[in-house]
Amino acid sequence: MELIWDGIREAARLWWSGDGEIIEITLRTLAISASATALALIVGIPLGAVLALRRFWGRGLIVAAVNTGMGMPPVAIGLLVALILWRTGPLGDLNLIYTPTAMVVAQLLLSLPMVVGFSLASIQSVNPRLIGQMWAMGANRLQVLWLLIRETRLGLLAAVMAGFGAAISEVGASMQVGGNLAGETRVLTTATVLETGRGNFEVAIALSLVLVLLAFLVNLVLTTVQQRRPVT
Amino acid sequence: MTTRPDAHLQIRDLAVQRGRVTVLEIDKLDIPRGLVTVVLGPNGSGKSTLLGALQLVLHPSQGTLMLDGEPMDADPVATRRRMSAAFQEPLLLSMSVLANVELPLRLRGVDKRRRRELAEHWLERFGIASLARRHARQLSGGEAQRVSLARAFASQPQVMLLDEPFAGVDAPTREGLIEDFAENLSETRPTTVLVTHDRDEALRLGDEAALLIDGRLRQTGPPSEVFERPADRAVAEFVGMENLWHGRRSESGVYEAGGIRLASTSKSIAPGSPALLCVRPERIVLTRDGEGTGTRSEAGTENQLRAIVQKIRPRGPVVRADLTSGRLHLTVDTSVTKWDELGLSVGDAAVARIAPADVHVISDDGAD
Repeated sequence: MELIWDGIREAARLWWSGDGEIIEITLRTLAISASATALALIVGIPLGAVLALRRFWGRGLIVAAVNTGMGMPPVAIGLLVALILWRTGPLGDLNLIYTPTAMVVAQLLLSLPMVVGFSLASIQSVNPRLIGQMWAMGANRLQVLWLLIRETRLGLLAAVMAGFGAAISEVGASMQVGGNLAGETRVLTTATVLETGRGNFEVAIALSLVLVLLAFLVNLVLTTVQQRRPVT
Repeated sequence: MTTRPDAHLQIRDLAVQRGRVTVLEIDKLDIPRGLVTVVLGPNGSGKSTLLGALQLVLHPSQGTLMLDGEPMDADPVATRRRMSAAFQEPLLLSMSVLANVELPLRLRGVDKRRRRELAEHWLERFGIASLARRHARQLSGGEAQRVSLARAFASQPQVMLLDEPFAGVDAPTREGLIEDFAENLSETRPTTVLVTHDRDEALRLGDEAALLIDGRLRQTGPPSEVFERPADRAVAEFVGMENLWHGRRSESGVYEAGGIRLASTSKSIAPGSPALLCVRPERIVLTRDGEGTGTRSEAGTENQLRAIVQKIRPRGPVVRADLTSGRLHLTVDTSVTKWDELGLSVGDAAVARIAPADVHVISDDGAD
């Protein structure tokens, strides 16, 4: 019990004193996970819309792959990305292994199935006759997509939350492709693992609390947007 | 194939398939400019499929659809922007009433001031200006349908495609809605295709009618003609000709059916040929036996049939009575007030009067 209290006190002290490393790690974590989520949204929402609205050969297979991806172990994704980006791997020449970019790629692959899956479910729940009315009103493809995003914004915000949650909380893949290099690829999760391994429980607890607080704040903002009264 | 000079929409050799089944097949149909064409037909007859094809949301397996002589599918988005649509469901988006009515104009890139002006104008015209700021989810069914129709008018369409827009609202609301719709329509006069199964709606709003049965066009013409002068038995059954009697035309021009002689002004059948005599139930006038002069049917004079009341069925504002006269079964609709005056009961004798002009005769294919 003493240990936990010490950890909380240490977290408060680190934040109060404006510890440079903690702030740097926090900002890096936010930047990497937000980038991965943003990319997942850009690719995932249109993909979810296509899967929801079109019937084509192989669609069932893709939907099954998306559903599998939603429960994919991060270490498996980490291994896949590491193999591809490894110096002798197919994209080794890009020298991306142990860089924040590699971490963004790994987190993107983790959050993409979440975004596609949630988008697919929410767009599929739209009355098909309403979509017919959108076309009948003279909307072009992009305008229909815009109206669908607008119409399913509650479900899509859930997709954002799930995607961001998957990205920020994973540790295995970030460790495998980022290497947990101080000042370069160290993020809150990998730093927590490191400090726990070193027996620095106070610092590990402090880092975890920051991570939880960060995830909570981001979700609080999204939930507030999601749950507010519909506006014109 | 000739084209109506006033044709705005032209449908040629159209076929729409669902799987391997052809659900709609129309060789030729012209939709006249600035008029209301009502598309009639029973459920599953292809009415909504036709509308879907005209909206370019269904893809025909063959045929051409033309607007102003140009193929409609050359630029589907541009074509749809010349049209508007309203359905039985209001299909409003999750935004304010005003934003919903503005939306088609917004999609067309109309500037904010102009679209606001048009949207407010049409909300006013449909009597719902006070609802402009309300969210679409907070409307009653009737209010939502008014918004849907205001939206259809707001984009100032050349062509309006409507799929039973009054069917989903309750009777009193429907009456007011049709009244406002008819008034706005007569002022703007877009070319309108209105799918309906309601006779009153078709007669009140339609300038032209097209009747579909089993995906095929069975009759076109003014709605009153389709309802009063059906082209064949299937059309007659659909338009509510409850009295369909197999008969034959005699040399004297009078028809014989079920042992009864009936006069008709219709002369489309050659003497001696089998005929199907069609009479609408509301066109038969009943009087108590004794008030009339007995069975008498001669060419040019009113048909008077002595009949016995077999069954009485109240149906809202009318009473439907089944009677027999010889071997003929008569179905008669009489207003409740008139029926009360008659005071007829089951087993009573009555005289059924039918004007020869109300006996429509078509060639009889012998089917029942």
